[in-house]
Amino acid sequence: MIAGVCTATGQVADCFGNVNAVLTIDRAIVDAIVAHARRDHPDEACGVVAGPIDSDVPARHIPMDNAARSMTFYEFDSMEHLRVWREMDDRDEEPVVIYHSHTATEAYPSRTDISFAGEPNAHYLLVSTREPDSEEIRSFRIVDGVVTEEEVNIVDATVKA
Amino acid sequence: MAIEVRVPTILRSYTGGAKIVEGAGDTLTALIDDLDAKHSGLKGRLITPEGGLHRFVNIYVNDEDVRFLGALDAKVKDGDSITILPAVAGGALGFAAAAALLGSR
Repeated sequence: MIAGVCTATGQVADCFGNVNAVLTIDRAIVDAIVAHARRDHPDEACGVVAGPIDSDVPARHIPMDNAARSMTFYEFDSMEHLRVWREMDDRDEEPVVIYHSHTATEAYPSRTDISFAGEPNAHYLLVSTREPDSEEIRSFRIVDGVVTEEEVNIVDATVKA
Repeated sequence: MAIEVRVPTILRSYTGGAKIVEGAGDTLTALIDDLDAKHSGLKGRLITPEGGLHRFVNIYVNDEDVRFLGALDAKVKDGDSITILPAVAGGALGFAAAAALLGSR
């Protein structure tokens, strides 16, 4: 499954951890992310799904405050960011998924998203809430400014949200 | 005794993969210069060409964001623990507008 992704390009990030061409995520967590995005609409919502290091399993949903409280920008609060990252460290977890919503545009990374993307092991999940009764949910790897879309495989009831 | 610096995944290419490195200095600027001498290129990822703290990273001295401690002038001392995290930010707003909003350049 992973063979062929970790190529001889010399790119360290190619060979780090959970590089799969698919994000497998529990439906209960996706539902919780969508509910968060709907709750904060029309502002952008953001958060993390933590999982055991190298497992590639998003297991613990952590909604974060959007310190920017903006319809077109999101930013983790720096102190909440430190607290949550330390907590993950203590639990031998990493940010498997980093998500945010776009509330008037498609669920595709903007130039801003790409410029800021600083977790090469994470799946960047975007939810668009521009349609009132349906959501567009897409996932990407963003490494060294290169965006690669991946399949989102939603599964039932493997973890509690 | 030295100052312990926790390095995020994205910057470990500069530290030979090390998650924790040690440095010295009495201000954040001096510490970053010391780190850059041992891990060449690191400084460029933390400080802009104009000499300010990069918007793409958050740096903490113990439990405090250095932006509240005088940024690059923040005092540091032996025994302190420095944490570098990549800022998590983005959104639909165009990059130039976002950069202006954040006052990064």
